[in-house]
Amino acid sequence: MNFADNIDHPPLLRRPVVLLPALALIYLALLRAHAAHWPVVVSVLRGLGIAAPDGPAAGALVAAALTVLTGANAWLVLGLKTRWQIWAVWVELALLVVAFFFSFDLSYSFIRRKIWILISIGLVNTLLISASSIVFAFILALAGAIAKLSGNGVAMGIANFYTSLFRGIPLLMQIYLIYLGLPQVGIVVDAIPAGIAALSLCYGAYMTEIFRGGIESIPIGQWEAARALGLKPADTLVRVILPQAMRVIIPPTGNQFIAMLKDSSLVSVVGVWELMYLARTQGQSEFRHMEMMLTASAIYWLFSMVLEVVQARIERHLGRAHGR
Amino acid sequence: MAADPPPVRIRRLSKWYGAFRALDGVDLTIGQGERLVICGPSGSGKSTLIRTINALEGFQRGEIRVDGIRLTRAPAVVTAVRLRVGMVFQQFNLFPHMTVLENCVLPLRRVRGLAPAEARDRAMAYLAKVRIPEQAAKFPAQLSGGQQQRVAIARALAMEPRLMLLDEPTSALDPEMVREVLDTMVALAADGVTMAVVTHEMGFARRFATRVIFMDQGRIVEEGTPGGFFDTPREERTRGFLRQVLRGDG
Repeated sequence: MNFADNIDHPPLLRRPVVLLPALALIYLALLRAHAAHWPVVVSVLRGLGIAAPDGPAAGALVAAALTVLTGANAWLVLGLKTRWQIWAVWVELALLVVAFFFSFDLSYSFIRRKIWILISIGLVNTLLISASSIVFAFILALAGAIAKLSGNGVAMGIANFYTSLFRGIPLLMQIYLIYLGLPQVGIVVDAIPAGIAALSLCYGAYMTEIFRGGIESIPIGQWEAARALGLKPADTLVRVILPQAMRVIIPPTGNQFIAMLKDSSLVSVVGVWELMYLARTQGQSEFRHMEMMLTASAIYWLFSMVLEVVQARIERHLGRAHGR
Repeated sequence: MAADPPPVRIRRLSKWYGAFRALDGVDLTIGQGERLVICGPSGSGKSTLIRTINALEGFQRGEIRVDGIRLTRAPAVVTAVRLRVGMVFQQFNLFPHMTVLENCVLPLRRVRGLAPAEARDRAMAYLAKVRIPEQAAKFPAQLSGGQQQRVAIARALAMEPRLMLLDEPTSALDPEMVREVLDTMVALAADGVTMAVVTHEMGFARRFATRVIFMDQGRIVEEGTPGGFFDTPREERTRGFLRQVLRGDG
């Protein structure tokens, strides 16, 4: 979409009026952050055979050098094809994040010692809860959307009440209500099923609205054509309407699932040993909080990226009839 | 032995929205092999009339019999009627996520219950009849409007209905594509397919129709053979309408 009349032509970063103030800001920020004392800078300089710089002049010099490097890097990346630009930016930003993590002076032996328990119990529970909740939320959302569009007053009433209630109270409260409230009426639910139920009901309520919007976005003519051909309502929905509605439904649904993966950590309040809970408690014993938090974060991010890839593949599959 | 019932017999059909009469006591019989053209100003009830025949719209009073079956709201009756009536829409309404062939195969499999190979063969035969078998693997968005409408005709025809309803089949087309769709309909006429067409293409109507009806304000105002209808219309309202639509026709 790089048309000559785009507002971003020539690329914003190539315009001196943008580039020069940006570089000036970077320079000031590096200076202010004492870049010359960063461990990574010091070790690189030592590798080059330069002694640790000291004094304001050296600091200014290091900041200027880093600024020039940043500018040159931006210039190089801007010269790449769009596809490669995306990759290059991704890799550079990921390296920055990793460098940020490493700057904490972490105990890797502690992580090595504890990571297995995070994965074998925490991750397994998190994935179990999230995956089951995704399936149930999907079913609830589909049922809720069909009910809302059914024209049947009872079904619409139930669906409306459901979305109102479960979108209207905090997820944390729902977990408590199911785990601690239901036993009051004689229904005792284990912690993990209670967590799955709460997540499913809550996300199912949000997704009901997404599904309803998706189904309503399909032109009435599609329904009429299917009816005129004699297709049964179930066939019309499953084979004609939903496959088209999925193109609209999938992007926001992917969002919901990625959010759910991390909201599953709320289930720890009823004593489930999921990823976040274990990260918190394992770190506590030896005051190694950062190690466990960062490890858990990396695992969450990794699985969020898996969901992103899955979402992209589904979107590509659904978009094939539209030449996109 | 009684003769076969006609494809459509409508008696005293009325439909209204509040005070507005969409259909007002319509009587109409469409015989086997007939090619009926329905014309009239917009809002005259012509689309509503053909949409009530396959129960896309309901009605308040009167009776519709399709192939002898009295149309009610019972699902089994509605399905039986729709099996006998093929419908073609102004906007084609092909299923955009399916290829041309899948569009034609789906109802054959799910409604007619044909085996996959049989459904495929029949779909291909009807795509050949509308002269686009080579487009079978494409998606609707890859076809021109005229080609899409021919696919829609093939999809309806493949169900082998007793009659075809066409609701302004060329109104959404660019001018250069109107011809190919009209030619397709003329070819079907040669095969003896019973058709009821709502159209504003008066030149086509004169060549194509066995009978023309003119509707206004939910009533059939005039009907006759194309020759009589176009050359010596009896009603003043018909004359006014024809003056309007023929103005640009030369």
